[in-house]
Amino acid sequence: MRTLIYLSAGMAVIAFAFWAYQVNYATQEAMREVDDLRRQIALEREAIAMLNAEWAYLNRPDRLRVLAEAYFDQLQLMPMTADHFGDPALVAYPPEDPQMADAVLQAVLGASQ
Amino acid sequence: MIRRPLRPLARIMTARARGENPDRIEAEARAARMRQRHKAERLRAEYRLLLLAATFLLAFGTVATRMSVLAASDPQEPRVASAASQIVAQRADIVDRNGAILATNMMTASLYAQPHLMVDKPAAAAGLARIFEDLDETDLLRRFSGKRKFIWIKRSLSPEQRQAVHDLGEPGLQLGPREMRLYPNGRLAAHILGGYGFGREGVHAAEVIGSAGVEFTFDRYLRDPAEGGAPLELSIDLSVQAAVERVLAGGMRLMNAKGAAAVLMEADTGQIIAMTSLPDFDPNQRPKPPVSGDPSDSPIFNRAAQGVYELGSTFKIFTVAQAMELGLVGPDTMIDTKGPLTWGRFRIRDFRDYGPRLSTRDVIVKSSNIGTARIAVEIGAERQAAFLRSLGFLDPVPVTLPEAGKTKPLVPKRWSEISTMTVSYGHGLAATPLHLATAYASVVNGGLRVTPTLLKSDRRPGEADRILSEGTSRILRGFLRGVVEGGTATLADVEGYRVGGKTGTADKPRHTGGYYDDKVIGTFAAIFPANEPKYVLVVSLDEPEDRTGREPRRTAGWTAAPVAAEIIRRIAPLMNLRPLPKEGGEGISAVHAAN
Repeated sequence: MRTLIYLSAGMAVIAFAFWAYQVNYATQEAMREVDDLRRQIALEREAIAMLNAEWAYLNRPDRLRVLAEAYFDQLQLMPMTADHFGDPALVAYPPEDPQMADAVLQAVLGASQ
Repeated sequence: MIRRPLRPLARIMTARARGENPDRIEAEARAARMRQRHKAERLRAEYRLLLLAATFLLAFGTVATRMSVLAASDPQEPRVASAASQIVAQRADIVDRNGAILATNMMTASLYAQPHLMVDKPAAAAGLARIFEDLDETDLLRRFSGKRKFIWIKRSLSPEQRQAVHDLGEPGLQLGPREMRLYPNGRLAAHILGGYGFGREGVHAAEVIGSAGVEFTFDRYLRDPAEGGAPLELSIDLSVQAAVERVLAGGMRLMNAKGAAAVLMEADTGQIIAMTSLPDFDPNQRPKPPVSGDPSDSPIFNRAAQGVYELGSTFKIFTVAQAMELGLVGPDTMIDTKGPLTWGRFRIRDFRDYGPRLSTRDVIVKSSNIGTARIAVEIGAERQAAFLRSLGFLDPVPVTLPEAGKTKPLVPKRWSEISTMTVSYGHGLAATPLHLATAYASVVNGGLRVTPTLLKSDRRPGEADRILSEGTSRILRGFLRGVVEGGTATLADVEGYRVGGKTGTADKPRHTGGYYDDKVIGTFAAIFPANEPKYVLVVSLDEPEDRTGREPRRTAGWTAAPVAAEIIRRIAPLMNLRPLPKEGGEGISAVHAAN
């Protein structure tokens, strides 16, 4: 009986030692990973900051104005003026009846030509 | 130590004579010697034990102390400190009211030399001179040949320059990482942002510090790690600022002015939407302050917040406002405008003779100096000074720019009656365009004194800030609209936005005293929409001259007013301000009031 107790105690010590050893290494691994992720986050942040700066630089009003002028024939962008405001009251509501809508559309098109 | 013999001859002789055994004497002596040795050995052993005990006590004591210290202190992760994320957000960004970036950081490299590590000094100097145009080869070589072991060469490099330096392959040239400030919009809002410089610098990092503008004022906030890199939100609107700068630059060229300033302010809150001063500069390379000449000619001089000018007839509205508030005149009271008005050796004239009498409204609309001066005399010097103080004209503008705080308006040394008269129409008191914008906002927004600010905030003036009654403010808005509808500023009208405003033309003072005949400051203070003003715009041109007519025209109505109109035409839609129908007319049906 006593031999059995000694034996099982010895086994338990070995098992716990093994477990502690494993936990120790898992912890070290996790810490390394955290370190890696931190470094990665820092790099990503730096990259984001750089991209933000570049985005702001590419969207600077001076450049947009030059581009709007250069591609005027395609984009036809003009400075916004008071004439560009519309009013919802001036927009015709679509009639309930879809067939009527065609008639209204025809009428509008006819009127504009 | 005297060593005693084991068998002392004298005693043995006596013992033998008595017939005793001499061996006993020897044994006695031997025993005594043994006792002595034991005693010494015990002493030494005791000493050793004590030493051992002390050593153990010290060792275990150290362990115990260390353990208790560890147990009492907070747990700490030693790796956190090494994370590189600290470097990225060292200085917070500056953004406009919509979140667009006005200033941000960028990683760059600094270049330094360690001459004692150099392989080929002449080649290094020649190579650097080839890469950087502003470096001189002989000068570099001289610096490399000196005794110094560390030399800064460049504070920040572009990626191309970095590669070129790498390609030189010189081990004595080293690159160090650091952050620099970047203003991606270039010259935009240069005077507001200011500029940056490097503070303490090391090989691995450098401190970025603001050298002017909001960068300087909010330096501590921007660098505070406790803010967690939260950006500084300005009240500026990037696109509006860009439009104002562009139109103003065009107007300045057309009017042949040598400088210009514009301030756009929210009438209700005092928030500055756009503020510009021309000529301007690139904050990425902020020029050094001039050492000679007139500082106001330098591009870094902020005409809007730093330049004090006599703002001319734009002041008349304040005189009339006070007189109406005091009940001295009503909108239709007839004022004597027979000229010239003589006071001692002074003569006050009008630009044109407006007849013997004008109503209060027409004094403003036609801009009569004589009429305003007569009203001012009624008010009196003391009350006038108090009212101008309440509008902020006698103190530096409380805006968060370093140069504004140092700029005190020029006021009459002795506020005599003639000063009262000239100040009433804007002569003899010099203030900045920002002062004027603040005062106009306070007068037309219903009479609440606003505090100009460059920061986005929800702060609004309350009843405690009241300086004029609601009714007076409404009448004054009508006057200002009248100036544009049929007075001195008809060129300032913009269809749909009901611009109101007041022109001001002031002769420039000579440095030697007196005034120039042909140099003026043309100012136009505009409000729009006039019936319910949302914005105040002050445009000021330095030495404008419209040469399109037969003779040069310099009055603000011909110079500053049309520039202001063009600015409003461009920016009002940008600020989502819907055009209003024509007053009295039919206009477009069912257009709601501006949002």
